[in-house]
Amino acid sequence: MSDTILYEVLNGVATITLNRPDKLNAFTHKLNHDVRKAVKEASTDEGVRAIVITGAGRAFCSGQDLSGVDESIDHGEVLRNSYGPMVKEIDRCEKPIIAAVNGVAAGAGFSLAIACDFRLASEKASFLEAFIHVGLIPDAANLYNLPKIVGHAKALELAILGEKISADEAKELNLVTKVIPAAEWDQQVRAFAERLASMPTKAIGLIKRNMKAGWQMDLHDYLEKEAYGQRIAGLTKDHQEGVQAFLNKRKPEFQGQ
Amino acid sequence: MHNLQFVEATVVDGVGLIELNRPEVLNAINRPMVTELVELMTAFDRDPEVGVMVITGKGRAFAAGADIHEMAGDSPIDLELLDQFADWDRILSIKKPIIGAVNGFALGGGFELALACDLLFTTETAQFGFPEVNLGVMPGAGGTQQLTKIMGKRKALEWLLTGEKMSAHEAFHFGVVNRLIAPELLLEETMKYAKKVAKQPPLAVRLIKEAVDKAVDYPLDEGMKFERKNFYLLFSSEDQKEGMSAFMEKRSPQFKGK
Repeated sequence: MSDTILYEVLNGVATITLNRPDKLNAFTHKLNHDVRKAVKEASTDEGVRAIVITGAGRAFCSGQDLSGVDESIDHGEVLRNSYGPMVKEIDRCEKPIIAAVNGVAAGAGFSLAIACDFRLASEKASFLEAFIHVGLIPDAANLYNLPKIVGHAKALELAILGEKISADEAKELNLVTKVIPAAEWDQQVRAFAERLASMPTKAIGLIKRNMKAGWQMDLHDYLEKEAYGQRIAGLTKDHQEGVQAFLNKRKPEFQGQ
Repeated sequence: MHNLQFVEATVVDGVGLIELNRPEVLNAINRPMVTELVELMTAFDRDPEVGVMVITGKGRAFAAGADIHEMAGDSPIDLELLDQFADWDRILSIKKPIIGAVNGFALGGGFELALACDLLFTTETAQFGFPEVNLGVMPGAGGTQQLTKIMGKRKALEWLLTGEKMSAHEAFHFGVVNRLIAPELLLEETMKYAKKVAKQPPLAVRLIKEAVDKAVDYPLDEGMKFERKNFYLLFSSEDQKEGMSAFMEKRSPQFKGK
């Protein structure tokens, strides 16, 4: 697909691997662009029912590649042109996205991880709000997403103090779903992703859609949104399959339709 | 309606459903499409089986602009003699309510068609815009006028001058659209509302639309007088007698459109 990422689809799971291991998978405009394109590709590919984003080598993603940053740079425009479109594409995607955090997730790498729906952390993973150490604010929707996961007070602490968080600490903060021993990493990530890929994909998408919408709505409007969501889910084949399997006391086989 | 090439039409429970049917070019609006559309709307306007019309686009877009190839070589005199916007102007004289169901891009002429509708229901992912400025021209089928009447001068200019796209949420915020609906349910929800209106007494619906249209253009004093005439006029209808009798007798009215 490109030289900055690897893209592979297997058993309903699209895996997007950030592939600049010698730079700890630091973001360049090209990498932002390629991640956005890959997420879009996975979103529209009907054979894909779950997406994994991970990093090649020892890091997940170390954030912005500072070698391309000089004093003349307009940081706002970099966000509008590179990070914003990537974050919006991830937000638009209705399939479950798992950040498989194999190593350090720093700066915008941290932001990428929390823009995803699930985070699996290798025992070697760590998380770092690096921005404050260079006098910047966490970007790529970091401050938008983080308080929703860990709460306002803790998010503020992480963003301002900028201390490194280990995988176990991340688990305690509900920042990750699971910490996985290094020896079982590949196998457990795959099992988790394939489990999601075998679930009712449309209902997962509607859960994501509604839960996000709820943050911005009052109850009255949300209940209308909920009625839309359940109407749509009620029309899926997976709903029929789930009901039939329940009545016949067998395991459902969801097709993602 | 014979040999419709660029639009499709059906009547369902009193709703005349019109679907723009050039999905391979995102329903780009060419002159024959407008002609067909207006003929169809005129026919629906006279059809007693139709109480309200719904316009939507087949495929991914509502209508992504006008067919540029068609007009690129035209001279001002060609355009004056062709008088293509006469068809567009006739949309404004349709008496029955027109509801737009905007399922994707509504750009340029597509946005103008949307603005020519009385109500707009849209998906949360729809996008609106007037990209004409980037081609060295400007909207010509009512875009500058209609958008300004809805949003006000400042807001309308913001989009008209850059040609940037307006999201469905922005359009909703500024009152350009009535409802944001999940894409999967746009037509279903729009039809639900349309069928409700189609069951209303047709003469009242007709004169309400006419009076509200006048409110946009008339000074208040003139508008009030216009409203009053329409109000009095409805007292000559059978539906007024039926509606008021049914109310007093505590039963459901049976309207006939007379």
